[in-house]
Amino acid sequence: MDPRRFCAQSRLVVVAGKGGVGKTTVTAAMARMAAGLGLSVLIVEVEGKTGLAAAFGAEDLEYEERELAPGIRARSLTPDVALVEYLEEHGLARISKRLVRGGLVEVVSTAAPGIKDILILGKVKQLERNGSADLILLDAPAAGHAVSFLMSPKGLGEVVRGGPLRAQADDVLEMLTDPARCRVMLVTLAEETPVNEVVETAFALEDRVGVDLGPVVVNGLYPVLAGLDVDPSASGVDLPPAEATALAAAAEFRIRRQELQQEQLARLTAALPLPQLHLPTMFSVDLDPSDIDHLAAALASGVERLPARTEVSP
Amino acid sequence: MATLGELVADRSILVCCGPGGVGKTTVAAALAVEAARRGRRTVVVTIDPARRLADALGLDTLTDTPNRVEGDWSGELWALMLDPRSTFDSLVAKYAPDPAQAETILANRFYRNIAGALSGTQEYMAMEKLYELHGDARFDLVVVDTPPTRNALDFVEAPRRLTRFLDNRLFRLLMVPARTGIRAVNIATQAFLRTVGKVVGSDVVTDAVTFFQTFEGMEDGFRQRAAGVSRLLVDPTTAFVLVASPRRDAVRETEFFAEKLGEAGIAVQALVVNRMHPRFSPSPTGSVVAAAAGSPLAPLLRNMAELSRMADGEEAHVAALATGLAAPAVRVPELETDVHDLPGLARVAAYMFA
Repeated sequence: MDPRRFCAQSRLVVVAGKGGVGKTTVTAAMARMAAGLGLSVLIVEVEGKTGLAAAFGAEDLEYEERELAPGIRARSLTPDVALVEYLEEHGLARISKRLVRGGLVEVVSTAAPGIKDILILGKVKQLERNGSADLILLDAPAAGHAVSFLMSPKGLGEVVRGGPLRAQADDVLEMLTDPARCRVMLVTLAEETPVNEVVETAFALEDRVGVDLGPVVVNGLYPVLAGLDVDPSASGVDLPPAEATALAAAAEFRIRRQELQQEQLARLTAALPLPQLHLPTMFSVDLDPSDIDHLAAALASGVERLPARTEVSP
Repeated sequence: MATLGELVADRSILVCCGPGGVGKTTVAAALAVEAARRGRRTVVVTIDPARRLADALGLDTLTDTPNRVEGDWSGELWALMLDPRSTFDSLVAKYAPDPAQAETILANRFYRNIAGALSGTQEYMAMEKLYELHGDARFDLVVVDTPPTRNALDFVEAPRRLTRFLDNRLFRLLMVPARTGIRAVNIATQAFLRTVGKVVGSDVVTDAVTFFQTFEGMEDGFRQRAAGVSRLLVDPTTAFVLVASPRRDAVRETEFFAEKLGEAGIAVQALVVNRMHPRFSPSPTGSVVAAAAGSPLAPLLRNMAELSRMADGEEAHVAALATGLAAPAVRVPELETDVHDLPGLARVAAYMFA
């Protein structure tokens, strides 16, 4: 599929996955890919301190939008600020201060679970409607929270039967379930627990939220390296024995990881009928802009290999 | 500062904290297994363990009572999976003046949302469970896993946060009329609640008002309990073990986590870094690399260079973390498979207690 078409499938892409799978990395790479195609990108972060800004060599994000790189803007959203903004826009500025100051946001959000998520998603919906960017990337909360986060409009709909917030929830649900407006891109690793979790999450999101799922991004893969099954001490190269042993042990480790990785990829393919996009490990803990460029290119070449239609349902 | 061996031998509470996805549950379980091997009667409270690990510990369902795990140790190992709902329910039953009031609260819709929706409830219930098990004469050591959170202080502040919630100004306003015998909520408050009701729906407000009215008289019990839990967390017999991972997204979270713990004055006694990439030394020297260019060893050298780059990057972060925390770092290498059984836990423990 043409990467430009891929990016234009929906204005909002929610990037979701378990903690530690590299959601933020994928968000950054996707932003870079889209910006490279000339699209304007807005990244929305909801948990703070994700390291997203650092990957672009920038300071931590704030509520106010900021440019991270040419064509890429980013901001963070918090429920408190989103609530105040929401109330003010709905002519309720008078009670907004009192609600927030008295800790009443907690009371209200306990009374109607998911209210904080609705406020955030409501704000995202507003950004989506306003056409704030060609592509909006939402770096979703980690772990199982992604499901409850995206379930929030449905959950609230069951508790709150009327009023502006209910209307807000309905609007958000409409956006989430419209494939032309929103897709969820799940991120995982080729390891047992992350694979189990991504399969569960995918089915839960589709069955319970009715959201459209994009390809699954499998992050941190060892690039398959051929020719590792060489015995260094019998290779004809003069090596001290300790070095030969170390080389052989390192090769053995890599071979085993590559095998395990293939097993897990096969398991994922069997359990989840969604196309996959593979991203290599950068053999580095710290992301820098050149790593992001590299990953963006890997993502684009993966997208090019996707079939023209990706609306496959599990 | 202590070694993990000393901690499992002489502390009465170990709290495993750290960001999500780093393997806190595995580390908590491995600490508990080791303590049992050292003859201690140990109970581990797990939060959402991976299914196969739960099976290994005999935890097929959420249970509020410890389950004895049989194994090759001189002490005892018990495990339970935290169920915030039933832990909260038993607190309500404990502090309600009579069973009827407890029933009313347990049936209230607002109350039923608290366990699932009030931020910090799961954290508080983990701490509450710890408090309860600490007072249980069957156990010498309680090891507790903590819920995944971005904010290190969520579980430390959770008891106080719940108390604050129950002491809320709205709550106060609602209670005054009830105390003076006037059933209706005062007029100003009513107007405010009506406005809130317009936004969130009036049923929601009614549920909340009913909850707070029913809860009257129980705040003191909860407040005292919360204070007890908070004291226990800073007790010298309690130790915090920070679990970290050198994974790219987790490193920054761990550093942020450690920073927050430091600001809160919580001394981390040990740092366990899970799943480090192994270092294969010695790396071949430059002359060998030159000689091998184009030789059959080229892929092996490239592999070695890649893995070393990863290991070096991880080590730099771990060293910085350990320095910042003034705690020794215990490194657990990446194993070939996920840990989901007792032999797997024993392997992790072997690295932790090497």
